[in-house]
Amino acid sequence: MRVFLTLVRRELGSYFKSFSGYVVVAAVLLLNGFSLVDLIERVRGHAVHAPVTELLFQTYYFWLVVLLTSPVITMRAFAAEKSSGTYEALMTTPVGDWQVVLAKFAGTFSFFALAWLPLMAVLLALRQITGVAALFDPPVVASTFVGILLVGSLFMALGCLASALTRSEIIAAMVTFLWGIGLWMLGYRPDTSSLMPAWAQPALEQISMSRHMEDFARGLVVGRHLVFYASATAFLLFVTQRVVQSRRWK
Amino acid sequence: MIEVRDLTKRYPGRTAVDGLSFTVGRGEVVGFLGPNGAGKSTTMRILSCFMPATSGTARVAGYDVFREPDEVRRRIGYMPENNPLHLDMRVREYLKFRARLKGLGWRRSRERVDTVLQQCGLTEVGRRIVGQLSKGYRQRVGLADALVHEPDLIILDEPTIGLDPHQIRAVRSLIKDLAKRHTVLLSTHILSEVEMTCSRVLILHEGRILAADRTEDLERRLSLDGQVVAEIEAPDAALLEAFRDHPEVEHVEIAALDGAYRRLALTPRNGTDLRPVVFAQATAHGWPLRELTRSRHSLEEIFVHLTRARNRTRN
Repeated sequence: MRVFLTLVRRELGSYFKSFSGYVVVAAVLLLNGFSLVDLIERVRGHAVHAPVTELLFQTYYFWLVVLLTSPVITMRAFAAEKSSGTYEALMTTPVGDWQVVLAKFAGTFSFFALAWLPLMAVLLALRQITGVAALFDPPVVASTFVGILLVGSLFMALGCLASALTRSEIIAAMVTFLWGIGLWMLGYRPDTSSLMPAWAQPALEQISMSRHMEDFARGLVVGRHLVFYASATAFLLFVTQRVVQSRRWK
Repeated sequence: MIEVRDLTKRYPGRTAVDGLSFTVGRGEVVGFLGPNGAGKSTTMRILSCFMPATSGTARVAGYDVFREPDEVRRRIGYMPENNPLHLDMRVREYLKFRARLKGLGWRRSRERVDTVLQQCGLTEVGRRIVGQLSKGYRQRVGLADALVHEPDLIILDEPTIGLDPHQIRAVRSLIKDLAKRHTVLLSTHILSEVEMTCSRVLILHEGRILAADRTEDLERRLSLDGQVVAEIEAPDAALLEAFRDHPEVEHVEIAALDGAYRRLALTPRNGTDLRPVVFAQATAHGWPLRELTRSRHSLEEIFVHLTRARNRTRN
Protein backbone atom coordinates (compact mmCIF):
# COMPACT_ATOMS: atom_id res chain seq x y z
CA MET A 1 0.00 0.00 0.00
CA ARG A 2 2.90 2.31 0.89
CA VAL A 3 4.54 1.62 -2.45
CA PHE A 4 1.21 2.09 -4.22
CA LEU A 5 0.68 5.51 -2.68
CA THR A 6 4.25 6.53 -3.53
CA LEU A 7 3.59 5.59 -7.14
CA VAL A 8 0.25 7.42 -7.29
CA ARG A 9 1.81 10.54 -5.87
CA ARG A 10 4.55 10.38 -8.47
CA GLU A 11 1.98 9.90 -11.27
CA LEU A 12 -0.17 12.77 -10.14
CA GLY A 13 2.85 14.93 -9.39
CA SER A 14 4.25 14.45 -12.88
CA TYR A 15 1.26 16.32 -14.38
CA PHE A 16 2.01 19.37 -12.32
CA LYS A 17 5.78 19.21 -12.66
CA SER A 18 5.42 19.60 -16.38
CA PHE A 19 3.31 22.24 -18.03
CA SER A 20 0.92 19.70 -19.53
CA GLY A 21 -1.17 19.27 -16.38
CA TYR A 22 -2.05 22.94 -16.16
CA VAL A 23 -2.76 23.08 -19.88
CA VAL A 24 -5.23 20.21 -19.64
CA VAL A 25 -7.04 21.69 -16.65
CA ALA A 26 -7.24 25.05 -18.39
CA ALA A 27 -8.45 23.44 -21.63
CA VAL A 28 -11.21 21.50 -19.84
CA LEU A 29 -12.40 24.66 -18.13
CA LEU A 30 -12.20 26.77 -21.25
CA LEU A 31 -14.04 24.24 -23.43
CA ASN A 32 -16.73 23.77 -20.81
CA GLY A 33 -17.03 27.53 -20.46
CA PHE A 34 -17.48 27.90 -24.21
CA SER A 35 -20.10 25.15 -24.28
CA LEU A 36 -21.99 26.73 -21.41
CA VAL A 37 -21.97 30.15 -23.05
CA ASP A 38 -23.02 28.70 -26.38
CA LEU A 39 -25.80 26.73 -24.75
CA ILE A 40 -27.11 29.76 -22.88
CA GLU A 41 -27.09 31.80 -26.09
CA ARG A 42 -29.03 29.13 -27.94
CA VAL A 43 -31.74 28.53 -25.36
CA ARG A 44 -32.28 32.20 -24.64
CA GLY A 45 -35.85 33.16 -25.40
CA HIS A 46 -36.97 29.57 -25.96
CA ALA A 47 -39.03 27.56 -23.59
CA VAL A 48 -36.60 25.01 -22.13
CA HIS A 49 -37.69 21.85 -20.37
CA ALA A 50 -34.58 21.54 -18.21
CA PRO A 51 -31.85 23.69 -16.60
CA VAL A 52 -28.94 24.64 -18.80
CA THR A 53 -26.50 22.57 -16.74
CA GLU A 54 -28.54 19.47 -17.36
CA LEU A 55 -28.46 20.15 -21.07
CA LEU A 56 -24.72 20.69 -20.94
CA PHE A 57 -24.05 17.15 -19.84
CA GLN A 58 -26.59 15.66 -22.19
CA THR A 59 -25.24 17.25 -25.32
CA TYR A 60 -22.23 16.39 -27.41
CA TYR A 61 -20.33 19.31 -25.83
CA PHE A 62 -19.56 17.21 -22.81
CA TRP A 63 -18.43 14.29 -24.94
CA LEU A 64 -16.24 16.46 -27.07
CA VAL A 65 -14.30 17.57 -24.01
CA VAL A 66 -14.03 14.05 -22.57
CA LEU A 67 -12.98 12.52 -25.88
CA LEU A 68 -10.36 15.18 -26.54
CA THR A 69 -8.78 15.33 -23.11
CA SER A 70 -8.67 11.66 -22.14
CA PRO A 71 -5.94 10.76 -24.70
CA VAL A 72 -3.83 13.70 -23.53
CA ILE A 73 -4.19 12.67 -19.90
CA THR A 74 -3.43 8.99 -20.38
CA MET A 75 -0.91 8.88 -23.22
CA ARG A 76 2.07 9.33 -20.92
CA ALA A 77 1.13 6.63 -18.44
CA PHE A 78 3.24 3.78 -19.81
CA ALA A 79 4.45 4.98 -23.19
CA ALA A 80 6.53 7.88 -21.86
CA GLU A 81 8.24 5.66 -19.30
CA LYS A 82 8.96 3.05 -21.93
CA SER A 83 10.49 5.49 -24.38
CA SER A 84 12.62 7.23 -21.76
CA GLY A 85 13.75 3.92 -20.24
CA THR A 86 12.51 4.65 -16.74
CA TYR A 87 10.09 1.75 -17.22
CA GLU A 88 13.02 -0.64 -16.91
CA ALA A 89 14.14 1.10 -13.73
CA LEU A 90 10.59 0.90 -12.36
CA MET A 91 10.05 -2.75 -13.24
CA THR A 92 13.31 -3.89 -11.66
CA THR A 93 12.25 -2.62 -8.23
CA PRO A 94 10.23 -5.01 -6.07
CA VAL A 95 6.83 -3.63 -7.11
CA GLY A 96 4.11 -5.86 -8.49
CA ASP A 97 2.55 -5.49 -11.94
CA TRP A 98 -0.86 -4.88 -10.38
CA GLN A 99 0.55 -2.15 -8.17
CA VAL A 100 1.97 -0.38 -11.20
CA VAL A 101 -1.20 -0.73 -13.28
CA LEU A 102 -3.51 0.40 -10.47
CA ALA A 103 -1.22 3.28 -9.58
CA LYS A 104 -1.13 4.48 -13.19
CA PHE A 105 -4.92 4.24 -13.33
CA ALA A 106 -5.38 5.97 -9.98
CA GLY A 107 -3.00 8.73 -11.05
CA THR A 108 -4.73 9.44 -14.36
CA PHE A 109 -8.17 9.11 -12.80
CA SER A 110 -7.37 11.52 -9.97
CA PHE A 111 -6.07 13.99 -12.48
CA PHE A 112 -9.21 13.63 -14.57
CA ALA A 113 -11.32 14.30 -11.47
CA LEU A 114 -9.16 17.31 -10.58
CA ALA A 115 -9.59 18.73 -14.06
CA TRP A 116 -13.38 18.56 -13.81
CA LEU A 117 -13.80 19.75 -10.22
CA PRO A 118 -13.44 23.47 -11.00
CA LEU A 119 -16.50 23.23 -13.27
CA MET A 120 -18.64 22.65 -10.20
CA ALA A 121 -17.23 25.81 -8.66
CA VAL A 122 -18.03 27.68 -11.87
CA LEU A 123 -21.66 26.52 -11.70
CA LEU A 124 -21.86 27.51 -8.06
CA ALA A 125 -20.47 30.94 -8.86
CA LEU A 126 -22.94 31.29 -11.71
CA ARG A 127 -25.84 30.58 -9.39
CA GLN A 128 -24.59 33.14 -6.90
CA ILE A 129 -24.33 35.77 -9.60
CA THR A 130 -27.56 35.10 -11.46
CA GLY A 131 -29.59 33.93 -8.49
CA VAL A 132 -31.14 31.12 -10.57
CA ALA A 133 -31.38 28.20 -8.15
CA ALA A 134 -31.72 25.60 -10.92
CA LEU A 135 -28.12 26.23 -11.98
CA PHE A 136 -26.79 24.46 -8.95
CA ASP A 137 -29.05 21.84 -7.48
CA PRO A 138 -26.84 19.82 -5.10
CA PRO A 139 -28.36 16.34 -5.61
CA VAL A 140 -28.31 16.77 -9.38
CA VAL A 141 -24.78 18.13 -9.30
CA ALA A 142 -23.72 15.16 -7.17
CA SER A 143 -25.24 12.58 -9.51
CA THR A 144 -23.79 14.41 -12.49
CA PHE A 145 -20.40 14.27 -10.91
CA VAL A 146 -20.82 10.55 -10.23
CA GLY A 147 -21.56 10.20 -13.94
CA ILE A 148 -18.53 12.24 -14.96
CA LEU A 149 -16.29 10.14 -12.71
CA LEU A 150 -17.69 6.87 -14.02
CA VAL A 151 -17.26 7.90 -17.63
CA GLY A 152 -13.80 9.15 -16.68
CA SER A 153 -12.81 5.84 -15.10
CA LEU A 154 -13.77 3.98 -18.27
CA PHE A 155 -11.85 6.39 -20.50
CA MET A 156 -8.80 6.44 -18.24
CA ALA A 157 -8.68 2.64 -18.19
CA LEU A 158 -9.01 2.65 -21.97
CA GLY A 159 -6.13 5.12 -22.21
CA CYS A 160 -3.91 3.15 -19.80
CA LEU A 161 -4.38 0.03 -21.90
CA ALA A 162 -3.52 1.88 -25.11
CA SER A 163 -0.47 3.41 -23.44
CA ALA A 164 0.71 0.03 -22.16
CA LEU A 165 0.63 -1.36 -25.69
CA THR A 166 3.13 1.04 -27.24
CA ARG A 167 6.26 3.06 -26.54
CA SER A 168 5.01 6.07 -28.48
CA GLU A 169 2.87 8.67 -26.75
CA ILE A 170 1.42 9.84 -30.06
CA ILE A 171 0.26 6.34 -30.96
CA ALA A 172 -1.14 5.86 -27.46
CA ALA A 173 -3.11 9.11 -27.78
CA MET A 174 -4.46 8.27 -31.23
CA VAL A 175 -5.48 4.76 -30.23
CA THR A 176 -7.23 6.06 -27.11
CA PHE A 177 -9.05 8.66 -29.17
CA LEU A 178 -10.16 6.09 -31.73
CA TRP A 179 -11.32 3.57 -29.16
CA GLY A 180 -13.06 6.28 -27.17
CA ILE A 181 -14.90 7.77 -30.09
CA GLY A 182 -15.76 4.28 -31.37
CA LEU A 183 -17.22 3.23 -28.07
CA TRP A 184 -19.16 6.46 -27.77
CA MET A 185 -20.54 6.32 -31.30
CA LEU A 186 -21.68 2.72 -30.87
CA GLY A 187 -24.17 3.93 -28.33
CA TYR A 188 -24.94 7.35 -29.74
CA ARG A 189 -28.66 7.47 -30.51
CA PRO A 190 -29.00 3.67 -30.69
CA ASP A 191 -32.70 3.90 -31.55
CA THR A 192 -32.22 5.93 -34.71
CA SER A 193 -29.20 4.11 -36.08
CA SER A 194 -30.11 2.23 -39.21
CA LEU A 195 -26.60 0.83 -39.64
CA MET A 196 -26.97 -1.63 -36.80
CA PRO A 197 -29.19 -4.69 -37.11
CA ALA A 198 -32.39 -4.59 -35.12
CA TRP A 199 -31.35 -7.38 -32.73
CA ALA A 200 -28.30 -5.40 -31.63
CA GLN A 201 -30.33 -2.41 -30.59
CA PRO A 202 -31.25 -3.53 -27.06
CA ALA A 203 -27.58 -4.24 -26.35
CA LEU A 204 -26.46 -0.91 -27.75
CA GLU A 205 -29.14 0.76 -25.68
CA GLN A 206 -27.49 -0.68 -22.58
CA ILE A 207 -23.98 0.48 -23.41
CA SER A 208 -25.03 3.87 -24.70
CA MET A 209 -22.90 6.28 -22.75
CA SER A 210 -24.90 9.28 -23.89
CA ARG A 211 -28.05 7.62 -22.50
CA HIS A 212 -26.27 6.95 -19.22
CA MET A 213 -25.17 10.56 -18.99
CA GLU A 214 -28.72 11.76 -19.62
CA ASP A 215 -29.81 9.84 -16.55
CA PHE A 216 -26.93 11.08 -14.40
CA ALA A 217 -27.51 14.68 -15.47
CA ARG A 218 -31.15 14.37 -14.46
CA GLY A 219 -30.14 13.22 -11.00
CA LEU A 220 -30.66 9.50 -11.52
CA VAL A 221 -27.93 7.15 -10.40
CA VAL A 222 -28.95 3.85 -11.94
CA GLY A 223 -27.42 0.64 -10.63
CA ARG A 224 -27.21 -0.86 -14.11
CA HIS A 225 -25.00 2.01 -15.23
CA LEU A 226 -22.76 1.67 -12.20
CA VAL A 227 -22.26 -2.00 -12.93
CA PHE A 228 -21.50 -1.25 -16.58
CA TYR A 229 -18.77 1.27 -15.82
CA ALA A 230 -17.26 -0.65 -12.93
CA SER A 231 -17.06 -3.91 -14.85
CA ALA A 232 -15.79 -2.29 -18.05
CA THR A 233 -13.07 -0.46 -16.11
CA ALA A 234 -12.10 -3.61 -14.22
CA PHE A 235 -11.92 -5.58 -17.45
CA LEU A 236 -9.73 -2.99 -19.16
CA LEU A 237 -7.39 -2.84 -16.16
CA PHE A 238 -7.18 -6.60 -16.14
CA VAL A 239 -6.13 -6.60 -19.80
CA THR A 240 -3.61 -3.84 -19.05
CA GLN A 241 -2.11 -5.92 -16.26
CA ARG A 242 -1.80 -8.85 -18.68
CA VAL A 243 -0.04 -6.62 -21.19
CA VAL A 244 2.39 -5.43 -18.52
CA GLN A 245 2.95 -8.98 -17.37
CA SER A 246 3.46 -10.31 -20.90
CA ARG A 247 7.01 -8.92 -20.81
CA ARG A 248 7.82 -11.76 -18.46
CA TRP A 249 6.13 -14.50 -20.49
CA LYS A 250 8.50 -17.01 -21.95
CA MET B 1 26.27 -14.38 -5.36
CA ILE B 2 25.35 -15.08 -8.98
CA GLU B 3 25.06 -18.53 -10.48
CA VAL B 4 24.18 -18.70 -14.13
CA ARG B 5 23.82 -21.99 -15.93
CA ASP B 6 23.21 -22.50 -19.66
CA LEU B 7 21.42 -19.20 -19.94
CA THR B 8 19.96 -18.65 -23.38
CA LYS B 9 17.87 -15.80 -24.72
CA ARG B 10 16.50 -15.93 -28.22
CA TYR B 11 14.76 -13.08 -29.96
CA PRO B 12 12.93 -13.83 -33.17
CA GLY B 13 15.68 -14.57 -35.67
CA ARG B 14 18.56 -13.84 -33.32
CA THR B 15 20.21 -15.48 -30.34
CA ALA B 16 21.36 -12.75 -27.96
CA VAL B 17 22.71 -15.00 -25.23
CA ASP B 18 23.83 -18.49 -26.09
CA GLY B 19 24.31 -21.02 -23.30
CA LEU B 20 26.03 -18.71 -20.87
CA SER B 21 27.39 -20.18 -17.62
CA PHE B 22 29.33 -18.36 -14.95
CA THR B 23 29.43 -17.65 -11.25
CA VAL B 24 30.27 -14.55 -9.31
CA GLY B 25 31.33 -14.85 -5.68
CA ARG B 26 30.39 -12.50 -2.88
CA GLY B 27 32.54 -9.37 -2.78
CA GLU B 28 33.91 -9.74 -6.30
CA VAL B 29 33.98 -6.99 -8.90
CA VAL B 30 33.37 -8.64 -12.22
CA GLY B 31 33.44 -6.95 -15.58
CA PHE B 32 31.43 -7.98 -18.60
CA LEU B 33 33.49 -7.08 -21.56
CA GLY B 34 32.42 -7.23 -25.15
CA PRO B 35 31.53 -5.26 -28.23
CA ASN B 36 28.02 -3.90 -28.75
CA GLY B 37 25.52 -6.71 -29.27
CA ALA B 38 27.59 -9.27 -27.37
CA GLY B 39 24.71 -10.02 -24.99
CA LYS B 40 25.89 -7.97 -22.01
CA SER B 41 22.72 -5.93 -21.53
CA THR B 42 20.46 -8.89 -22.20
CA THR B 43 22.20 -10.94 -19.51
CA MET B 44 21.92 -8.06 -17.07
CA ARG B 45 18.24 -7.59 -17.84
CA ILE B 46 17.62 -11.25 -17.14
CA LEU B 47 19.55 -11.08 -13.87
CA SER B 48 17.58 -8.04 -12.77
CA CYS B 49 14.29 -9.86 -13.58
CA PHE B 50 13.24 -7.39 -16.26
CA MET B 51 12.72 -10.18 -18.75
CA PRO B 52 12.91 -13.96 -18.70
CA ALA B 53 15.46 -16.18 -20.36
CA THR B 54 14.40 -18.58 -23.08
CA SER B 55 16.11 -21.44 -21.24
CA GLY B 56 18.66 -22.07 -18.53
CA THR B 57 18.69 -20.89 -14.94
CA ALA B 58 20.03 -17.89 -13.11
CA ARG B 59 20.15 -17.48 -9.36
CA VAL B 60 21.03 -14.39 -7.38
CA ALA B 61 21.85 -14.82 -3.70
CA GLY B 62 20.30 -18.27 -3.95
CA TYR B 63 16.97 -17.07 -5.40
CA ASP B 64 15.80 -18.02 -8.86
CA VAL B 65 15.33 -14.92 -11.03
CA PHE B 66 12.28 -16.34 -12.74
CA ARG B 67 10.47 -17.97 -9.83
CA GLU B 68 11.33 -15.55 -7.03
CA PRO B 69 11.76 -12.22 -8.80
CA ASP B 70 10.69 -10.08 -5.84
CA GLU B 71 13.34 -11.60 -3.57
CA VAL B 72 15.97 -11.06 -6.25
CA ARG B 73 14.92 -7.48 -6.97
CA ARG B 74 15.15 -6.60 -3.30
CA ARG B 75 18.80 -7.67 -3.34
CA ILE B 76 19.85 -6.00 -6.57
CA GLY B 77 20.73 -2.41 -7.32
CA TYR B 78 20.45 -2.12 -11.07
CA MET B 79 21.45 0.80 -13.24
CA PRO B 80 20.07 0.18 -16.74
CA GLU B 81 21.81 1.16 -19.93
CA ASN B 82 21.82 4.93 -20.57
CA ASN B 83 20.87 5.53 -16.94
CA PRO B 84 17.19 6.51 -17.29
CA LEU B 85 16.02 8.99 -14.64
CA HIS B 86 12.89 11.05 -14.07
CA LEU B 87 14.26 14.32 -15.37
CA ASP B 88 11.48 16.45 -13.88
CA MET B 89 12.24 15.49 -10.27
CA ARG B 90 14.75 16.96 -7.87
CA VAL B 91 17.73 14.80 -6.95
CA ARG B 92 16.77 14.21 -3.34
CA GLU B 93 13.11 13.77 -4.20
CA TYR B 94 13.97 11.23 -6.90
CA LEU B 95 16.20 9.18 -4.63
CA LYS B 96 13.58 9.22 -1.92
CA PHE B 97 10.94 8.08 -4.40
CA ARG B 98 13.18 5.22 -5.52
CA ALA B 99 14.00 4.27 -1.93
CA ARG B 100 10.28 4.06 -1.14
CA LEU B 101 9.64 1.92 -4.21
CA LYS B 102 12.33 -0.43 -3.01
CA GLY B 103 10.41 -0.90 0.21
CA LEU B 104 12.26 1.39 2.61
CA GLY B 105 10.22 3.08 5.31
CA TRP B 106 9.86 6.84 5.65
CA ARG B 107 12.59 7.35 8.24
CA ARG B 108 14.92 4.75 6.78
CA SER B 109 14.63 6.17 3.28
CA ARG B 110 15.54 9.63 4.53
CA GLU B 111 18.62 8.27 6.31
CA ARG B 112 19.72 6.24 3.33
CA VAL B 113 19.20 9.11 0.89
CA ASP B 114 21.41 11.32 3.05
CA THR B 115 24.06 8.61 3.12
CA VAL B 116 24.13 7.95 -0.62
CA LEU B 117 24.04 11.66 -1.44
CA GLN B 118 27.21 12.02 0.56
CA GLN B 119 28.75 8.82 -0.76
CA CYS B 120 28.25 9.88 -4.36
CA GLY B 121 29.21 13.51 -3.83
CA LEU B 122 25.72 14.82 -4.55
CA THR B 123 25.02 16.72 -1.35
CA GLU B 124 25.34 20.17 -2.97
CA VAL B 125 23.02 19.30 -5.85
CA GLY B 126 20.35 17.57 -3.75
CA ARG B 127 17.82 20.30 -4.48
CA ARG B 128 18.61 20.66 -8.18
CA ILE B 129 16.33 19.24 -10.88
CA VAL B 130 17.80 16.06 -12.39
CA GLY B 131 17.21 17.25 -15.97
CA GLN B 132 19.39 20.30 -15.38
CA LEU B 133 22.40 18.37 -14.13
CA SER B 134 25.47 17.52 -16.18
CA LYS B 135 25.83 13.99 -17.46
CA GLY B 136 28.47 13.17 -14.87
CA TYR B 137 26.17 14.18 -12.05
CA ARG B 138 23.26 12.27 -13.56
CA GLN B 139 25.42 9.18 -13.68
CA ARG B 140 26.13 9.62 -9.99
CA VAL B 141 22.41 9.96 -9.32
CA GLY B 142 21.96 6.64 -11.12
CA LEU B 143 24.64 5.06 -8.95
CA ALA B 144 23.10 6.54 -5.81
CA ASP B 145 19.77 5.04 -6.86
CA ALA B 146 21.37 1.62 -7.30
CA LEU B 147 22.87 1.89 -3.82
CA VAL B 148 20.01 3.39 -1.89
CA HIS B 149 18.51 0.18 -0.51
CA GLU B 150 21.87 -1.35 0.39
CA PRO B 151 21.69 -4.20 -2.10
CA ASP B 152 24.00 -7.20 -1.92
CA LEU B 153 24.62 -7.05 -5.64
CA ILE B 154 25.04 -4.00 -7.84
CA ILE B 155 24.59 -4.36 -11.58
CA LEU B 156 25.77 -1.46 -13.70
CA ASP B 157 25.18 -1.45 -17.43
CA GLU B 158 27.84 0.71 -19.10
CA PRO B 159 28.28 3.09 -16.17
CA THR B 160 30.80 5.41 -17.84
CA ILE B 161 29.40 5.65 -21.35
CA GLY B 162 29.21 9.15 -22.77
CA LEU B 163 31.17 10.83 -19.98
CA ASP B 164 34.23 13.03 -20.39
CA PRO B 165 37.57 11.71 -19.07
CA HIS B 166 37.31 13.65 -15.84
CA GLN B 167 33.81 12.36 -15.10
CA ILE B 168 34.88 8.82 -16.05
CA ARG B 169 37.60 8.95 -13.43
CA ALA B 170 35.16 10.16 -10.79
CA VAL B 171 32.66 7.40 -11.57
CA ARG B 172 35.37 4.74 -11.64
CA SER B 173 36.70 5.72 -8.26
CA LEU B 174 33.13 5.57 -6.95
CA ILE B 175 32.77 2.04 -8.29
CA LYS B 176 36.06 1.04 -6.72
CA ASP B 177 34.72 2.38 -3.45
CA LEU B 178 31.58 0.26 -3.76
CA ALA B 179 33.65 -2.84 -4.21
CA LYS B 180 34.57 -2.73 -0.55
CA ARG B 181 31.03 -3.46 0.59
CA HIS B 182 29.12 -4.89 -2.36
CA THR B 183 29.40 -7.43 -5.11
CA VAL B 184 29.57 -5.55 -8.39
CA LEU B 185 28.83 -6.70 -11.92
CA LEU B 186 29.47 -4.06 -14.55
CA SER B 187 29.52 -4.07 -18.30
CA THR B 188 31.62 -2.04 -20.65
CA HIS B 189 33.20 -2.11 -24.03
CA ILE B 190 36.08 0.04 -22.84
CA LEU B 191 38.75 -2.50 -22.07
CA SER B 192 40.96 -0.32 -19.91
CA GLU B 193 37.98 0.21 -17.62
CA VAL B 194 37.93 -3.45 -16.67
CA GLU B 195 41.69 -3.39 -16.08
CA MET B 196 41.23 -0.52 -13.68
CA THR B 197 38.13 -1.51 -11.76
CA CYS B 198 37.55 -5.25 -11.93
CA SER B 199 39.19 -8.17 -10.21
CA ARG B 200 37.78 -10.60 -12.73
CA VAL B 201 36.68 -10.31 -16.32
CA LEU B 202 34.26 -12.23 -18.51
CA ILE B 203 34.78 -11.59 -22.18
CA LEU B 204 31.57 -11.95 -24.14
CA HIS B 205 31.24 -12.29 -27.84
CA GLU B 206 28.05 -13.14 -29.73
CA GLY B 207 26.34 -14.33 -26.57
CA ARG B 208 29.10 -16.69 -25.45
CA ILE B 209 31.95 -16.41 -22.99
CA LEU B 210 35.26 -16.24 -24.83
CA ALA B 211 37.41 -16.07 -21.74
CA ALA B 212 36.92 -15.75 -18.00
CA ASP B 213 39.80 -15.10 -15.70
CA ARG B 214 41.29 -12.82 -13.11
CA THR B 215 42.27 -9.64 -14.91
CA GLU B 216 46.01 -10.08 -14.41
CA ASP B 217 45.97 -13.85 -15.03
CA LEU B 218 44.22 -13.29 -18.30
CA GLU B 219 46.89 -10.88 -19.38
CA ARG B 220 49.63 -13.25 -18.33
CA ARG B 221 48.05 -16.26 -19.95
CA LEU B 222 47.60 -14.46 -23.18
CA SER B 223 50.74 -12.36 -23.22
CA LEU B 224 52.33 -13.82 -26.30
CA ASP B 225 55.99 -13.45 -25.39
CA GLY B 226 56.61 -10.95 -22.61
CA GLN B 227 59.56 -9.42 -24.40
CA VAL B 228 61.88 -7.16 -22.39
CA VAL B 229 63.33 -4.08 -24.05
CA ALA B 230 66.27 -2.14 -22.60
CA GLU B 231 68.19 0.91 -23.73
CA ILE B 232 71.69 0.39 -22.55
CA GLU B 233 75.15 1.86 -23.25
CA ALA B 234 77.47 -1.06 -23.98
CA PRO B 235 79.44 -2.63 -26.84
CA ASP B 236 77.45 -5.07 -29.01
CA ALA B 237 79.75 -7.98 -28.41
CA ALA B 238 79.68 -7.60 -24.64
CA LEU B 239 75.87 -7.45 -24.66
CA LEU B 240 75.57 -10.51 -26.82
CA GLU B 241 77.93 -12.41 -24.60
CA ALA B 242 76.18 -11.39 -21.41
CA PHE B 243 72.71 -12.58 -22.48
CA ARG B 244 73.10 -15.15 -25.24
CA ASP B 245 73.91 -18.04 -22.96
CA HIS B 246 71.54 -17.13 -20.15
CA PRO B 247 69.28 -20.16 -19.54
CA GLU B 248 66.07 -18.08 -19.46
CA VAL B 249 66.76 -16.17 -22.66
CA GLU B 250 65.35 -17.52 -25.88
CA HIS B 251 66.40 -14.84 -28.30
CA VAL B 252 68.58 -11.70 -28.25
CA GLU B 253 68.22 -8.77 -30.59
CA ILE B 254 70.49 -5.69 -30.62
CA ALA B 255 70.00 -2.50 -32.56
CA ALA B 256 72.00 0.73 -32.56
CA LEU B 257 70.50 3.86 -31.11
CA ASP B 258 71.84 7.37 -30.78
CA GLY B 259 75.40 7.67 -29.48
CA ALA B 260 76.74 4.53 -27.84
CA TYR B 261 73.28 3.37 -26.74
CA ARG B 262 71.89 0.07 -27.94
CA ARG B 263 68.37 -1.20 -27.99
CA LEU B 264 68.41 -4.65 -26.48
CA ALA B 265 65.35 -6.88 -26.97
CA LEU B 266 65.21 -10.17 -25.06
CA THR B 267 62.63 -12.87 -25.56
CA PRO B 268 62.20 -15.11 -22.50
CA ARG B 269 62.06 -18.88 -22.74
CA ASN B 270 59.24 -19.61 -20.30
CA GLY B 271 57.56 -16.26 -19.95
CA THR B 272 59.87 -15.28 -17.08
CA ASP B 273 60.33 -11.66 -16.34
CA LEU B 274 63.86 -10.84 -17.58
CA ARG B 275 64.04 -7.32 -16.19
CA PRO B 276 65.98 -8.28 -13.02
CA VAL B 277 68.45 -10.21 -15.18
CA VAL B 278 69.11 -7.18 -17.36
CA PHE B 279 69.43 -4.92 -14.37
CA ALA B 280 71.89 -7.29 -12.64
CA GLN B 281 74.10 -7.46 -15.75
CA ALA B 282 74.06 -3.70 -16.22
CA THR B 283 75.12 -3.01 -12.64
CA ALA B 284 77.74 -5.78 -12.71
CA HIS B 285 79.39 -4.27 -15.80
CA GLY B 286 78.72 -0.67 -14.89
CA TRP B 287 76.69 -0.07 -18.08
CA PRO B 288 74.44 2.98 -18.01
CA LEU B 289 70.80 1.90 -18.35
CA ARG B 290 68.25 4.52 -19.37
CA GLU B 291 65.15 2.44 -20.06
CA LEU B 292 63.85 -0.97 -19.15
CA THR B 293 60.34 -2.17 -20.07
CA ARG B 294 58.45 -5.38 -20.46
CA SER B 295 55.93 -5.37 -23.26
CA ARG B 296 52.58 -6.13 -21.76
CA HIS B 297 49.52 -6.98 -23.76
CA SER B 298 46.63 -4.74 -23.02
CA LEU B 299 43.18 -6.21 -22.92
CA GLU B 300 42.56 -4.53 -26.27
CA GLU B 301 45.12 -6.82 -27.87
CA ILE B 302 43.86 -9.82 -25.92
CA PHE B 303 40.38 -9.14 -27.13
CA VAL B 304 41.37 -8.77 -30.76
CA HIS B 305 43.46 -11.93 -30.42
CA LEU B 306 40.62 -13.94 -28.90
CA THR B 307 37.97 -12.91 -31.36
CA ARG B 308 40.32 -13.56 -34.27
CA ALA B 309 41.14 -17.02 -32.94
CA ARG B 310 37.48 -17.76 -32.59
CA ASN B 311 36.63 -16.64 -36.08
CA ARG B 312 39.46 -18.78 -37.43
CA THR B 313 38.25 -21.94 -35.74
CA ARG B 314 34.75 -21.35 -37.02
CA ASN B 315 35.89 -20.86 -40.58
